[in-house]
Amino acid sequence: MAENNRAVLKLKEKFAASIIDVVEFRGEVTVTVAKDSIIEILSFLKQSLQYNLLTDLTAVDYLGKKEERFMMVYLLYSIPNKDRLRIKTPVTEAECRIPTATQVWKTANWLEREVFDLFGIMFDKHPDLRRILMTDDWEGHPLRKDYPLQGPDREPYKGRLS
Amino acid sequence: MGVDNPLGENIITTSLDALVNWSRKSSVWPMTFGLACCAIEMMATGASHNDLDRFGIIFRASPRQSDCIIIAGTVTKKMLPVIKTVYEQMPEPKWVIAMGACACSGGIFDTYSVVQGIDEALPVDVYIPGCPPRPEALLFGLMKLQDKIMTERNSFGSAIGLGERYIPKAA
Repeated sequence: MAENNRAVLKLKEKFAASIIDVVEFRGEVTVTVAKDSIIEILSFLKQSLQYNLLTDLTAVDYLGKKEERFMMVYLLYSIPNKDRLRIKTPVTEAECRIPTATQVWKTANWLEREVFDLFGIMFDKHPDLRRILMTDDWEGHPLRKDYPLQGPDREPYKGRLS
Repeated sequence: MGVDNPLGENIITTSLDALVNWSRKSSVWPMTFGLACCAIEMMATGASHNDLDRFGIIFRASPRQSDCIIIAGTVTKKMLPVIKTVYEQMPEPKWVIAMGACACSGGIFDTYSVVQGIDEALPVDVYIPGCPPRPEALLFGLMKLQDKIMTERNSFGSAIGLGERYIPKAA
């Protein structure tokens, strides 16, 4: 159970005030934390709990479904302990920025560039925050739910006319 | 021969257009340029079983040596400037084949990042439908291009500064 997860126990001990939610679903443990202490928590997980591999870093747009529009997702793996952990943290549209995780895992560099490119979330102190998938002169962030699927310069598809 | 043969047995006469067009259509050298899954079919067409070489069609690795570009796959907006550059590097006369649904119309990728048909950027001579087209379809398209090349008029004259190249509209 999630309560007995080695990371959850330690996080509850050290960062009780920052933990918003702990969920387990089919053996996958997800801890939702506050944005302010995200780097402290990630550093602690890497240094003290040996989550030495950042498998992936991505974001979700909950436009119209949640008050805090974006959710950052960090998928961690501990090579010595062979276990996984998912850390989430909400990011609001008004303050669409978060400290970079490159100071913890260097892998985060390009992954955060992708999130910046497609969601428009800014990463403070990122060493090289440029677009990575879209062209440099691209306007908008295509994975945002309010971005038109066929691009802003085209009439949207309205279904078959017949 | 029974007809009047004033130049002797070893000389034949023809029009300049027929000769030039015949030599061009018999040595169409496409650019080696694959974009997506259509490129796999294009490679299959060039390999021994279908053997494009028998038509004089030999893939070249440089646009400077090519006179045909087969747009074999999905063209993203990020790739479009590259394709335009390659096309501009090819010497005249040059032809464009749009291979497959994506190159013809964008195909299933009706999205912000994909060009909805390469004819938005390049003058396409032959459209080959299919997703991807079979090697036979690509062969047929290349033969259609050869037919089109044979209908051109004054392409040699225009190259040396005499008049305009005339390409009849497709019937």
